[in-house]
Amino acid sequence: MDFSLNDIQEMMRESASKFIQKEYDFETRRKLSKSEMGYSQKNWELFAKLGWLALPVDEDFGGIGGSVLDTIILQEELGKGLVVEPYFATALLGANLINKFARDDQKETILENVIAGTQKLTLAHSEGHAPFDLTQMRTTAQKNSNGFVLNGIKSVVLDAQNADMLLVVARTSGQSGDKNGLSVFNLTPDTAGMTIKGYETNDGLRAADITFDNVNLDETTVIGELDQAYDAVHRVLLEGIVNLSGEAVGIMEKLVELTAEYLGVREQFSAPIGKFQALQHRTADMFMEKEQAKSMLYYAAIETAENAEGFERACAMLKVRIGNAARFVGQQAVQLHGGMGVTDELSVGHYFKRLTCINNLLGSRDYHLNVLVKEAQ
Amino acid sequence: MNIHLTDEELAFRKEVQDFFTNEFPKDIKEKQDKGIYLSKDDHVRWQKALHAKGWAGINWPVEHGGTGWSATQKYIYANEAAKANAPRIIPFGLTMVAPVIFTYGNEEQKKRFLPDILASNVWWCQGYSEPNAGSDLAALKTKAVRDGEDYIVNGTKTWTTLGQHADWIFCLVRTDDTGKKQQGISFLLIDMKTPGVSVHPIITIDGTHEVNEVHFEDVRVPAENLIGEEGKGWTYAKVLLTHERTGIARVAESKALLASLKRMVDAQNDALVNMKENTVFMTRLIEAEIELKALEYTELRVLSAVSTGKAPGPESSILKIKGTEIMQLLNELFVEVAGIYALPYVPDQYRDGFEGTPAGPQFAAKTSATYYNNRKVSIYGGTNEIQKNIIAKQVLGL
Repeated sequence: MDFSLNDIQEMMRESASKFIQKEYDFETRRKLSKSEMGYSQKNWELFAKLGWLALPVDEDFGGIGGSVLDTIILQEELGKGLVVEPYFATALLGANLINKFARDDQKETILENVIAGTQKLTLAHSEGHAPFDLTQMRTTAQKNSNGFVLNGIKSVVLDAQNADMLLVVARTSGQSGDKNGLSVFNLTPDTAGMTIKGYETNDGLRAADITFDNVNLDETTVIGELDQAYDAVHRVLLEGIVNLSGEAVGIMEKLVELTAEYLGVREQFSAPIGKFQALQHRTADMFMEKEQAKSMLYYAAIETAENAEGFERACAMLKVRIGNAARFVGQQAVQLHGGMGVTDELSVGHYFKRLTCINNLLGSRDYHLNVLVKEAQ
Repeated sequence: MNIHLTDEELAFRKEVQDFFTNEFPKDIKEKQDKGIYLSKDDHVRWQKALHAKGWAGINWPVEHGGTGWSATQKYIYANEAAKANAPRIIPFGLTMVAPVIFTYGNEEQKKRFLPDILASNVWWCQGYSEPNAGSDLAALKTKAVRDGEDYIVNGTKTWTTLGQHADWIFCLVRTDDTGKKQQGISFLLIDMKTPGVSVHPIITIDGTHEVNEVHFEDVRVPAENLIGEEGKGWTYAKVLLTHERTGIARVAESKALLASLKRMVDAQNDALVNMKENTVFMTRLIEAEIELKALEYTELRVLSAVSTGKAPGPESSILKIKGTEIMQLLNELFVEVAGIYALPYVPDQYRDGFEGTPAGPQFAAKTSATYYNNRKVSIYGGTNEIQKNIIAKQVLGL
C-alpha cells in the first residue's frame, strides 16, 4: 500500500504549483475570466509545453499515458489557482474520449494537434434533463442516404464557444434507456444548422447551449464505431467525476488555508477571531470535511485507474462525498470571512462559486445518492 | 498510489485468517455472535490464546515479546479480527500501560511487569480522570506524598473501566502543586489489593456495570512503583495517548458493523418494519457507508505515511472524531432497524446462560444497550470537542 506520489505525479504537481504561484494570482485570473475569450492563449501554449495536454493520451499517440491517478494531482493544483483555461473540456473530456474510442487514424490527427496546443475540444453530451445519464438523451442523428441528420439541444457544454472541435453524442438507433445506439460525431464550429449560444458561467468559466436543426453530417464525422459509444463516453464521464473532484479538493485545501489565515488576522472584541472556540470548531469541521473528501477521491481514483469491479459505484460515492464537503467548506469559508466573504473583491466567494458549479456538473450529489439508494433497494 | 498487499502481506493475512478459524475459542465466538457479554475469564482466555500465538503485544517491540508488526500488518490483523467478530483486546495493560513501562520504566520494572501483561496474568485499569478533572485532566488532585520509601496516596479516580476486575491500576498523581499544573504530575503503579483502595460501581445508561470510581485513602505505595522521574507523568501520559492513534478510528469494527447492518436490512424480518423499502432510512445507510469508506482511506493514508517512515500527517487527527461519529451512527441505525423491539429492556437476554424466550429477534436484544453504551466513545479519550480544539490549534494554527 502506498499513497506517495511517483516521479511523474511529483513533476506534474510541482510544475502546476509553480505555475499557479508565478503566473496566476487572483487578480490575473480575474482579468482572464473577464476577457473576451475567458482565458489566456499564452497559458494554453504553456500547458502544451509542460506536457499537461499530453497527460491523458496514450504513449502510442504521443502522450504520457497517465491515468486519473496522475490527472487528479494536476487538477488539485489547478483548483488551487481557480484556473480558467479549458483543460478539463479539452484534455480530460475531449482528448480522453478520442484516446479511448476513436479509430487509430482519427487518433493520429486529432491527438497530435491537441497535444501541440493547436486544437481545443469539448464533449457535448449533457442535456438539461440528463446531465450524466447518457441513455436518456433526446438528441438524435437519423441515418439517411448522405449520412446523418442531427437534431436536438445540448445544454451547458463546457467551453464550446472556444472549441475547434465539438464531440457531439447522439442517439443513432434504439430507444431511450438503451445503452446501445449512441454515437459520437465530430463537428467544427462552422457547421451549418448548428447554433452555439455561449455564456459565462457563475464560476467565471465559459459554456454554451447548442442547437442542432437538421444538421447534415457525412459519415466521416463519425468518431469510432457507430452505435457503440456508450461505454467509452460513460467511462469518460466517470473519470470526469474523479477529475472534477480532484479540482474540488484543491479548492477546499485553499479555502481551509485562507480561512485559517483570516481568522488569525481579523480582530474583533480585541482578539483575533480565531481565538473563539465556535469558530475554531467550525474550521476544524471544514478541515475534516476536506480530508474525508480527499480520502474518498483517492479511493475512487484508485478503483477507477485499476478498473476494479464496482468502480462506477465508487465514482458515485465520490460525487456524493465531494458534494457534501464542497458545500460545507464553501459555505463556511464565506461565513467565517463575514461580510468580506460575500464580496466580489475577495477570492473566497469565487472558490465557493466554482465548488458549487462542480457540484452541479455530471450529476449532482442528490442525483448520485438517489441512484445509490435505488440500487440498494 | 495503490492499496495492493505484497506477497508477504497476503501470506500474513492467510495466517491471521487461519488463526481465527482454528484458535478463536468456539464458546467465546458463539457468545460474540449472539451478543452475549463476555466474562472476565472469557477475555483472559482469549488474550491468552493470542499470547500463545505470539500476537498479544501487537504494538510492542520484539525485544519485549511483541509482534514487531508493520502498520500494514496491524491493519490486516484488525480487519480479520473484526470479520471474525473477535473480542477487543482489553487495552489497559497491553496497549496503554505497557508502552509507558517499556519506554520509560527501569529494567527492574520491565522485568517485573511486562511478562505478566503480555501473558494476561494481571488485569490492569486506568486511573486518569477525576470527578473534577475530565477534559482538563491536568487539574487532577489525587495526591501522592513521599514518606520514606513510600508514597501516601489520597484522592478519587473515576470512569475506571473494568476496575472491578483489576489487579493493578496505573495512575496520574500529583506530587507537586507549586508550579504549572502539568509539571507536578507523576506516573504511579498501584496494587489494587493495597489497604485503602476501594472500588465503587457506576451504572451507565445501558444498565451495565462497566465503569467505577476508585477511592484512595492513605494508600501506601512503594516508591519503586514510580515510572520514570517524579513530575514527568504528564509527558509520559501524552506519549501514551498518542501511542496508537492509527487504531483509534476502529474502522475495521465499523466495517463489520455495517456489513451486519446490511444483512439485517436484507433479511427483511417479518416481525419488523421492512426498512429496505424505506428510502429515508436507506439514504442514511448509504451515507454512512460513504463516510466509512472515506474514513477507511483516511486511515490508509495515515498507515501509508507511517509505513514509509514518515510521521502521520494532519489527517491522523481526525481519526478519533470521525471514527466515533460513524460508530455511533451505525449503532443508531441498528436501533432504527430494531424498531419497536428496541424497547424491551431484558438484560438477561444478553447475559450468559439465558434460556428463556427472547423478546423480539435475537439481534434486537442488545441494539439499544450498545447504542446507549457507545455514547461514551465521543466522550472518552479526550472528547470530540477537545479533539477539535487540538485540530484548531495544532493543525490550523489558531
